Amino acid sequence: MTYVSAVTNPIVLRAEHLGRTVRDKILVEDVNFELQKGGVLAITGSSGSGKTSLLRLLNRLDEPTSGTVLVEGADYHNIEARELRRKLGMVTQRPYLFPGSVADNLRFGPAQRGEILPLETIEELLTQVGLKDYSRRDVANLSGGEAQRVSVARALSNSPLALLLDEPTAALDEAAKLEVESAIQKVMRDQGLTCIVVTHDIAQAARLAERALVVEHGRIVRAGPAGEVLRA
Amino acid sequence: MLRLFFHSQLQLGFAQALVAALSALLVVVLARRRGIHLESETLIAMVRGLVQIIAVGSILVILLHAPRWTSGILLAGMIVAAGATSARRAKGMPDAFQVSSCAIALGAGSIIALMTSLGVIDTAITSLVPVGSMLIANAMNTNSLALNRFRSDVLAHAGEIETALALGAEARNSVSPYVQASFEASLIPAIDSLRSLGIVWIPGLMAGMLLSGARPVYAAIYQFVVLAMIFASSGLTSLVSTMLIRGRVFSPAEQLLLQPGR
Repeated sequence: MTYVSAVTNPIVLRAEHLGRTVRDKILVEDVNFELQKGGVLAITGSSGSGKTSLLRLLNRLDEPTSGTVLVEGADYHNIEARELRRKLGMVTQRPYLFPGSVADNLRFGPAQRGEILPLETIEELLTQVGLKDYSRRDVANLSGGEAQRVSVARALSNSPLALLLDEPTAALDEAAKLEVESAIQKVMRDQGLTCIVVTHDIAQAARLAERALVVEHGRIVRAGPAGEVLRA
Repeated sequence: MLRLFFHSQLQLGFAQALVAALSALLVVVLARRRGIHLESETLIAMVRGLVQIIAVGSILVILLHAPRWTSGILLAGMIVAAGATSARRAKGMPDAFQVSSCAIALGAGSIIALMTSLGVIDTAITSLVPVGSMLIANAMNTNSLALNRFRSDVLAHAGEIETALALGAEARNSVSPYVQASFEASLIPAIDSLRSLGIVWIPGLMAGMLLSGARPVYAAIYQFVVLAMIFASSGLTSLVSTMLIRGRVFSPAEQLLLQPGR
């Protein structure tokens, strides 16, 4: 099934017949979709349906065994892996912060390209995720929700074209979940950021995304406006 | 006590081996009572070790009169065998045998060659092969420790590594902390051996030299020489092996190949 958004903004991401099979096990099969600039797409499905496997193919953390992804029209096999991953920021279920301060974590991405992230930018990014004045804090002393918001700000510090969020609140309690979700919503709204959110939480998908895909056994089984797809 | 019953040196040797093996088996029995099953692995290792050392001893008897270059072939064979043994400790690691053999060859091989050329190790087969084998065996152990630790660390920190990759880090840099930890951990036995030399243990080579009539001070100095060479060859092996393996756990597109459950 191919899903094409009705919005007319330029296309940032296009998955073409994307698939991955490992030792005869199909993880993702013939996935096609496109995402316009500023669009927010939710990928939902039951546990083990292939949502995370699909997301990992998008920034090439795993190699597709068929198909490809076009990033701003360019086949991602022709983009250097590091540059591709800078363009497609990722937030995982667990934040995996590096030892050190919050600022150290935000500096990590730009430092890989030899850039030094100014303190003002760090403060700006932290303010966006509701963590003003957290830059000097040791990450060891952060709560789960705070750590996840730092990981969102860290992904944004690379100025990505799009953000891939993999179950960003699944490991959090209810209060922290709402904190992180509202931080993500604020970033999406303020920056007009293109996002793909993988979540098993239908209500969250409806709150965050305007479009949705439902994945089962690695294939897209439903696609379209979030309201319609998630109600079905 | 055994000497009262066995008068032939060969019979005495087998009796001593049997008693020593029984003490090792006692540990296996104790471990079994705690639910740790080492029976088959220990038994196979002991039988294999005994057969191998007797075989090497017999070969050495033959080689005593062989030309000196034959020790090079023997040591090269030992390096390949050490590489194969060490690679088994790195289950799931790509090219573990090639990495291990190459690291041991460069680490132990270069120190053996250097020390032989400088006259620190005598070129006689009876000297070069036993001393060389000590360096190779220790390099093998260090390599196994380094690869095993690196493998465990990468599997335990796959999330952190992929987070670094997702932020645009170079693959080799994303595993740097684990390369360093593996190198340091692998050298702990070699450092401790050097540190405790003479206080905690008097190594076999020194005991052998004393038994064969060498002056105690020279035997002691030479033991230090051997341990320093072991440290050098082990350190070099670990450096080479961790340097080679760090890039091999990634695909050309900088994807982490070593993943839990894969």
